Amino acid sequence: MTLLSDLPGPFFGEYGGRFMPESLIAAIDDLAAAYELAKADPAFHAELRELERSYSGRPSIITEVPRFAQHAGGARIILKREDLNHTGSHKINNVLGQALLTRRIGKSRVIAETGAGQHGVATATAAALFGFECTIFMGEVDTQRQALNVARMRLLGAEVVSVTTGSRTLKDAINEAYREWVTSVETTNYIFGTAAGPHPFPAMVRDFQKIIGEEARAQVLELTGRLPDAVVACVGGGSNAIGIFNAFLDDPEVKLFGYEAAGEGIDTDQHAAAIERGRPGILHGARSYLLQDEDGQTVESHSISAGLDYPGVGPEHAYLADIGRASYRPTSDSEAMEALRLLSQTEGIIPAIESAHALSGALKLGRELGPEAIILVNLSGRGDKDVQTAGDWFGLFDEGAVQA
Amino acid sequence: MTAGVPSVGATIEANRAAGTGTLIGYLPVGFPDLPTSIDAAVALVENGVDALELGLPYSDPVMDGLAIQRATQTALAAGFRTRDVFTAVEAIRARVDAPILVMTYWNPVVQYGADRFADALLQAGGAGLITPDITPDSAAQWLATSERTGLDRVFLAAPSSSEERIAMTVAASQGFVYAVSTMGITGARHDVDSAARGLVSRLRAAGAENVCVGIGISTGDQVAEVLAYADGAIVGSALVSALAEHGVSGVARTAAALAQGHSR
Repeated sequence: MTLLSDLPGPFFGEYGGRFMPESLIAAIDDLAAAYELAKADPAFHAELRELERSYSGRPSIITEVPRFAQHAGGARIILKREDLNHTGSHKINNVLGQALLTRRIGKSRVIAETGAGQHGVATATAAALFGFECTIFMGEVDTQRQALNVARMRLLGAEVVSVTTGSRTLKDAINEAYREWVTSVETTNYIFGTAAGPHPFPAMVRDFQKIIGEEARAQVLELTGRLPDAVVACVGGGSNAIGIFNAFLDDPEVKLFGYEAAGEGIDTDQHAAAIERGRPGILHGARSYLLQDEDGQTVESHSISAGLDYPGVGPEHAYLADIGRASYRPTSDSEAMEALRLLSQTEGIIPAIESAHALSGALKLGRELGPEAIILVNLSGRGDKDVQTAGDWFGLFDEGAVQA
Repeated sequence: MTAGVPSVGATIEANRAAGTGTLIGYLPVGFPDLPTSIDAAVALVENGVDALELGLPYSDPVMDGLAIQRATQTALAAGFRTRDVFTAVEAIRARVDAPILVMTYWNPVVQYGADRFADALLQAGGAGLITPDITPDSAAQWLATSERTGLDRVFLAAPSSSEERIAMTVAASQGFVYAVSTMGITGARHDVDSAARGLVSRLRAAGAENVCVGIGISTGDQVAEVLAYADGAIVGSALVSALAEHGVSGVARTAAALAQGHSR
């Protein structure tokens, strides 16, 4: 019997696949084949483990947060600290794997999409480390709300292209990256940032992120003597969530919760809750849940978090939702921002707004599960990039003060 | 109803017998509005275009360059609905006799229902579909639906396609095989890539009867150049830009200039 933690793709139940223009099939198939070879090659894994140890800083620690947990019905809350990774989020885990793969297939240029800028910064970082040329596609709306990350990417030597078509957010950055990839596929590899898109990306990105859950599972066992009752993560495309879920998929006693961005409210039209409010369709190469109108036109998502502002979701999450192995719930902009402030002020940890959605979920879940519960939360990124947004939200800037 | 619908394959074969190639013109439905898009398509045929490729505007057109993206975004913003395609096909067929293929990304068809979409297209007098973002190995439902309805199914082949994939694409296509001239997206180019010629001969070697070349063709000279080795030349962005800038009379002039290239 295939373990849930080992699903190979291209299909996860009826989700996933490889619905792509023929012009890109050769590159995608080459990448899939190269990945299969790499996966079976101990030297590849050894090199990746060494980069994680000496460059990105793995294993990441876990931190129990009792003062925060007082607001969660007294349940024990334990954070997996992906925010402490080099570049500030879980994205580096995937990027180092795909950068190694890029070198294996002999390409010298990488492109990537980014929403919040975390994946773009991670890709620009790896490109600098490996000596690749690098171009990052970012929606114009996101280049404005994440201006600091644009500067970081440029400082790292990457070219940042501001995408002005469509809704000018993450989905359009992906469209533009595909267009660029078609044109430059001979020299260029596309480092996809989340566990979505065509096969092999959902399975490959999961494989590069699953170390989060593998480490956390052992760390929680060591700290508490047992498995957690619940594992919680935010879900946009879903790479940090599948990364922490994977090691627990075959532990049926551990409940898994993905929190989708409910924006201004799950029952408004301003949210990004693809699983809860979308229906199956095809976008960006895979069949999955999707926010779309009656005609199948993609509907623009909304979230205060650029990293969750995506109308689709990775196909493995769609499958886990359908079979009931994981539950997907909404949390709003304002709930996430309250959780961001609470963690900052009770524990001295400023989370990314994306990760604050998971924290907000943990607060609600703790009250539901009670004081005996142990809840593991993926703190997928740090909030440095979000200080401007938080400052505006909470009115933290002195009137008239101008940043130099 | 279907008896009167010309298939694109028959048109290509008739032109080949007559010693001319086939000129295929692309325009999106609903740009700048539905009635004008119908008038513009009719004007193409009246000015020498042999077959029409009507684009179904879609929110995420990954194979399209800026000219077509802008036009289809305009159509969507003006309220384009999938059903407008059938209205357009029927209205165009009532005025001119040329086969009409619908070029569509796949999700709108899935959401309409592939069978329901095919039946409506057939009823309207359409000839088939060009599907740029699915390949035969990901198109089981469409293969079955097109078998049932007899609609043409045009798949794309690229310079990067392997021999195995070329054989699969030739076997699965009905009407013609769409040879992507260059590794890139739609848009006018100064030179049609030499990769196009190589791809066409690989498709022929794999048994393709009808091969039409698209992407980057924007002048009568380029049409003539392509028709020297391919059965058809597909022009899109140049027509869309002409319609955007100069209206129906402008797109008619551009079509006439392109048609010069295939009567040589």
